[in-house]
Amino acid sequence: MRHNAVYTPYHPRWHRTRVSTYWWLGRWSYFLFILRELSSIFVAWVVIYLLVLVAAVSKSAVRYQQFLDWSRNPFMLSLNILSLLFIVLHAVTWFNLAPQAMVVHVGGRRLPGSLIAISNYAGLVAVSIVILGLLLIRW
Amino acid sequence: MSDHITLHVARYRPEKASETTFDAFELPCPKEWVVLDGLNHIKDRMDGTLSYRWSCRMGICGSCGMLVNGEPKLACATFLSDYAPGPVRVEPLRNFPVIRDLVVEMGDFMSKLTRIKPWIVRQVEKPLSDGEYRQTPGELDEYKQFSMCINCMLCYSACPIYGLDPHFIGPAAIALAQRYNLDSRDEGAAERMQILSEHDGIWGCTFVGECTKVCPKHVDPAGAIQRYKLQSAVEWVKAFVLPRAAQ
Ligand code: SF4
Ligand code: FES
Repeated sequence: MRHNAVYTPYHPRWHRTRVSTYWWLGRWSYFLFILRELSSIFVAWVVIYLLVLVAAVSKSAVRYQQFLDWSRNPFMLSLNILSLLFIVLHAVTWFNLAPQAMVVHVGGRRLPGSLIAISNYAGLVAVSIVILGLLLIRW
Repeated sequence: MSDHITLHVARYRPEKASETTFDAFELPCPKEWVVLDGLNHIKDRMDGTLSYRWSCRMGICGSCGMLVNGEPKLACATFLSDYAPGPVRVEPLRNFPVIRDLVVEMGDFMSKLTRIKPWIVRQVEKPLSDGEYRQTPGELDEYKQFSMCINCMLCYSACPIYGLDPHFIGPAAIALAQRYNLDSRDEGAAERMQILSEHDGIWGCTFVGECTKVCPKHVDPAGAIQRYKLQSAVEWVKAFVLPRAAQ
């Protein structure tokens, strides 16, 4: 057997169609996929935003106030709302896909995929409650 | 429900035209007819020049893959009545060069398949006198799902990554690599990893997930690829943290 069989793609009589640049508009599932890919930009933005917040807090109260004023302008508000939506999309799609990537065995048995997804959501809820708790205690 | 349905079938006749055209055929549509029955009816009674592949008529041989209304389907497992009142568009599988009508060229898939060594690899073969390699039902279950693949290539047709980059090794080949990796008798995982961790291997996949949706055998190739990525990432971290132990 030829292990490095080389496939020669050119043949004058075969008919080929090119993938359109707008292939991702043709189907809802492709479009959702592109949105998920796009969400990574917003995830990166939120990381940067948080770093700026931490830097401001560590500098001085004035800097922190400046940061708050900056965040209050309509452009930043809409950007952050949009980011929140994309991050929710990112988290939900990620959690739903996790069971396909992870196979967990407990006591010699394979856990059903739904359990893996549910435990991800449970983790999200738990972390959210802790953060909410911290905020409420402050007030 | 009407008892007739129209099929718009893609025709590519390289000796006559350099582009694909569509021929319309009006067919009877009994409820037990699948798309393949419709095509056989056309071939037998209406136009004997229509070319397409088929063999088993029961979702086993994997040769009758085509696009039905734009979706990759097995023609022998897709009921015409589900598309009533029609019309139904039948085209060759997307992402492959077309040789004639509904027949695509699959040399690319075949050469990719051999690259991942889809057979049991042993470092040292046991002598025959030692008998067979035994396996428990639990060990069989580990890979059984991936062994159901019939090489129909519907997953390649659904994969936009393969469409954009034909070098991508693709869903079924990776699922089949996993089929052997997860087999308790196999010892070839490291060899396969070398091929699959290349740029055109598992990392080409961005998890669109369409391959899993169209697979008629519930192989879940997208899952196989993500599991592979996870495993490869874990090995990379291990090699980083414990360079010696990983060797
Ligand atoms: S993985 Fe599924 S869709 Fe892909 S070739 Fe195998 S049986 Fe067909
Ligand atoms: S004819 Fe064999 S799978 Fe359809």
